[in-house]
Amino acid sequence: MSTFGKPVLDVRDLHVSYSQGDSRTTVVHGVSFSVQPGEVVALVGESGSGKTSTAQAVIGLLPANGRLESGSIRLNGEDISRWSAKRLRNIRGAVVSLIPQDPGNSLNPVLTVGAQVREILELHGRIDRRDADRRVIELLAHVGLTDPELRVRQYPHELSGGMKQRVLIAIAIALRPALIIADEPTSALDVTVQRRILDLIDDLRREYGTAVLFVTHDLGVAADRSDRIIVLQGGRIQEQGETAAVLAAPESAYTRKLLSDVPSLIIAQPRPAVEASRAPAVVVRNLVQDFDLPGGRTYRAVDDVSFTVARGTTHAIVGESGSGKTTTIRAIAGFQKPTSGQTLIDDFDVGSLKSGSLRQFRRKVQLVYQNPWGSLDPRQTVRAIVEEPLLNFEPIGRAAREAQVTAIIERVGLPAGILSRLPHALSGGQRQRVAIARALVLEPEIVVLDEAVSALDVTVQAQILALLAQLQRDLGLTYVFVSHDLAVVRQIADTVSVLQNGRQVDHGPVEQVFNAPSSAYTRELIAAIPGRKLPRATALSTGSIS
Amino acid sequence: MTRYVAGRIGQAVLVLWAAFTLSFIILQAMPGDAVLIKFLNPEFGLSADQIREIRQAYAIDSGVLVQYAHTFANFLQGDFGYSMQAGVPVSVQLATNLPPTLRLAALGFGAAVVLAVFIAFLSSIAPFAWLRNLVQSLPSLFISVPVFWLAIMLIQIFSFRLKLVSVINPGPWESLILPVATLSVPIAAPLAQILIRNIDEIRTRPFVGVARAKGAGELHLLWRHVARNALLPTLTIAGVLFGELLAGAVVTETVFGLNGIGGLTEKAVSNQDLSVLQAVVVISAAAFVTINLAVDLAYPFLDPRLRTRNGA
Amino acid sequence: MTSVDILIAVDHAAGRSAPKGDRRNLSGRILTFPFGLALAWLVLATVLLWAVAPQLFTAYDPLEGMPGGQLKAPSAAHILGTDSLGRDLFARIVHGAVHSLSGAVAAVGVGLVVGTALGLLAGSVRGRVDAVLMRFVDVLLSIPTLLLSLSIIIILGFGTLNAAIAVGATAIAGFARLMRSEVVRVRNAEFVEAAFGSGGTFGKVLWRHILPNSLTSVVAYTAVQFGWAILQISTLGFLGYGAPPPTPEWGLLIAEGRNYLATAWWLTAAPGLIVVAVVLSANRISQSIGRAAR
Repeated sequence: MSTFGKPVLDVRDLHVSYSQGDSRTTVVHGVSFSVQPGEVVALVGESGSGKTSTAQAVIGLLPANGRLESGSIRLNGEDISRWSAKRLRNIRGAVVSLIPQDPGNSLNPVLTVGAQVREILELHGRIDRRDADRRVIELLAHVGLTDPELRVRQYPHELSGGMKQRVLIAIAIALRPALIIADEPTSALDVTVQRRILDLIDDLRREYGTAVLFVTHDLGVAADRSDRIIVLQGGRIQEQGETAAVLAAPESAYTRKLLSDVPSLIIAQPRPAVEASRAPAVVVRNLVQDFDLPGGRTYRAVDDVSFTVARGTTHAIVGESGSGKTTTIRAIAGFQKPTSGQTLIDDFDVGSLKSGSLRQFRRKVQLVYQNPWGSLDPRQTVRAIVEEPLLNFEPIGRAAREAQVTAIIERVGLPAGILSRLPHALSGGQRQRVAIARALVLEPEIVVLDEAVSALDVTVQAQILALLAQLQRDLGLTYVFVSHDLAVVRQIADTVSVLQNGRQVDHGPVEQVFNAPSSAYTRELIAAIPGRKLPRATALSTGSIS
Repeated sequence: MTRYVAGRIGQAVLVLWAAFTLSFIILQAMPGDAVLIKFLNPEFGLSADQIREIRQAYAIDSGVLVQYAHTFANFLQGDFGYSMQAGVPVSVQLATNLPPTLRLAALGFGAAVVLAVFIAFLSSIAPFAWLRNLVQSLPSLFISVPVFWLAIMLIQIFSFRLKLVSVINPGPWESLILPVATLSVPIAAPLAQILIRNIDEIRTRPFVGVARAKGAGELHLLWRHVARNALLPTLTIAGVLFGELLAGAVVTETVFGLNGIGGLTEKAVSNQDLSVLQAVVVISAAAFVTINLAVDLAYPFLDPRLRTRNGA
Repeated sequence: MTSVDILIAVDHAAGRSAPKGDRRNLSGRILTFPFGLALAWLVLATVLLWAVAPQLFTAYDPLEGMPGGQLKAPSAAHILGTDSLGRDLFARIVHGAVHSLSGAVAAVGVGLVVGTALGLLAGSVRGRVDAVLMRFVDVLLSIPTLLLSLSIIIILGFGTLNAAIAVGATAIAGFARLMRSEVVRVRNAEFVEAAFGSGGTFGKVLWRHILPNSLTSVVAYTAVQFGWAILQISTLGFLGYGAPPPTPEWGLLIAEGRNYLATAWWLTAAPGLIVVAVVLSANRISQSIGRAAR
């Protein structure tokens, strides 16, 4: 471990537990690390790794049922772990501050932006109103907000997500703290916005010499932005050290697994090009979708999008929030009648189907949702969920049905014992497998996947992506795959459409779009993807060349 | 914005008209004649002239639709018909009975707000968990107590046992103490419930965590960040509370023998005085609709999120 | 919406955040045993038995007084004392259970059947039918509940059944709103769209997903409405619009006892406490159902 200077933060043997009903579960087991002045330390882990609990314990903001069991937290040499709430108040905001996870809900909706930035100045020392106002405007300008005089008087709902996060950063740096805890500061933001926010945090901490404890699930972000990295799993540190060194030669098996599961832009084996002879499975022609807004106006969510998906291939639709990607696939899946244009599947125009034929059409096209928590009925067993589509069509015997359900459950890699369980007893990955089984039990030709892996941890995501690839090979499925994550798209798609504000700005074979993007937007998207410093990319690609 | 206001007012007028129609159907068009027969019976002691007057006033000799139009037009002019029992215009009865009820209701409501805010804040900042739990269970208890029984128990305890409040010839304000206390309980209960829920919910919001990370103390948080966000939604139950207030007034005035709309209503039902009851029903519906309209229109001024929606 | 609706909304919110305890050891089980809930069930079961078989609980006649035994304070012979006609108060309360409970059950039945039917129709069909039904519910809600029940009573006349119908009519709007909002909530859930997506017809989706997922809320609401109906019926009884004397209906008991406040406090205190206990129990049970639902 580095020996220079006195660390800003020194955590020793930290244990944190949560009470649930009458039992207590320890979620952080003996975590020790330190953060040097001006250093960025990334705390990386999947859900349940204890990374957020560790960060919350440092700033003394564990939820009401959380408790710091033992260990010390030294801030500038003083152990604050047993300080009273009143004493902690003096250092919060002033010595250690927070950039929160979810900018959308982290500002008080009924107070102006100015009042919320001014609050931190007023809480720590007397400052007269005029000075405070001037300082607030300076701060807002400093974090790159245009027109700060106007922003001061605005309410949070009038700002975009990226602007809100800038305001929160302004609050965090207002008193030039020694340490900033950034708790997944960009995971709720689009990738291009994420990049700008991360750049801002980088610039500010260089300027102020502030140390940053950076909590993230994204190994790519950690690789690009941190000096040192701490990998957590199940509340224990798996490994820590210089970021570049850890990533180049990970010691623990878990880190190696994480690294191999992170989807990457540079892949070992590009998918073979789609033969031109393949018949089209889905043809989207000049699709336009308008929505009515109050006041008689309309909003064009999808504006003249056209593409063709060849049978047995994967077409990805990529875009940031509000790009119209979900609206497009809802038209393909027959949940929305397009305003104009056509979606042809086997020469049927989906938009023109009446309810009876639409129901028959559903045998061919199935949709898998992003959130496996919401798309399964909490009151049905896995068996009932997977069996239900079969009951909607021609009656088949109980035994035949049972056989089909068992076969498909096995096919998606689930044990048969899971059939009698309810969704809440399953993990996220298992649920998504159940959702895939439900989609496949009708033996559809086309499966539409709406961000189907983005709610999952990387290791689980990698398994589901492998399963999807396997199923495509075995069953000859055609996928329409919606994602915001270009790295995932690169890995599994043959062709891609890039959408921006409802318009298709790029489309074609994945290799072509990624290597020679025709639009500035696609180039910006690709450049914004974190993980350039992930060593595996180069290591593996050189490996594949040699 | 003006379109929204106009639409909202139009909707309120429509609901009010429908409420009038419903009350007319229930109270006048149904076998109400059976009640009239009682009054039109010469043995009841009304003179032939009076009977003719009543028949005319209610357009009894015409069809239901004409009666409806007739009554509707009268209501619009503030003419609510005659009280069969007292033999005076209903509007006169209302004029004498409205002020005491308004006074009682206003005081009761004020006391309820104070009580509810006290309970809600105590349940969130009281020092001990058992105390917080105790305070939190108060609203459930309050809501389970029959108002009339509470009134009697208060008389029993404070007048008969402790002899703190006199029931025989009390002063004008002394006579209001127990009724106001009675009335405040059923109003405070839902108000405190919704406040407690909102405070609990708002406290888990990320922006409260952010404010805490700024170094804010609990009282500062409660006052500056939680209170306003928690109080706003209580406005939406203003109409419901008005209904409770009116029901509470009927019972309270009956038990304490006070004059007012409540007492008037109680007598009207006992004597099957339909005109009086319909007038009370329509006026309360009007008050309910007005309160909800006022809340809807005031909300954008209190909640910045709604203020700029039309402009943005 | 009445204040009771607020109560149940609050209970549901509380239920959502309630942690699911993992009860493994015996001491933990004893500590977390819901004594309040058990007591609530016990109270309701007892009162129900009073209604079904009152003679098991008291030997005294609820209607025939004992000469010379008027206005006796609670004692071993008459645990709750006697009233002005020498009737045993406990016997009157026990025999009165059937009037209060059956009235409340009838009232809730009216509200449940009519209200949920309206709400289900409005929430499932939507469009114009929904708009018309919900405006009708708005109109019902615009008339304060007590006035609405008084309006119905003034026409139907006084009596136990009429009072129950009047209270039931005021419960319709609440049930209709709840049912509609539940149906709309479940309808918007992704798993319902997924069910349509796998070829389900409207009827099948309604039966398999929408109804089962809306039901617990309705059951919880029914329990809380039961307590509320007991309050309303006793209020009507107290005002003299319910069962006629000498029926020992609880509200009427309190009204009768009121004349002897200074001399026989138990005549009002005891029946009132019973009402409070029953209503509290119904609310507590509703709360536990609401919690189990989430």
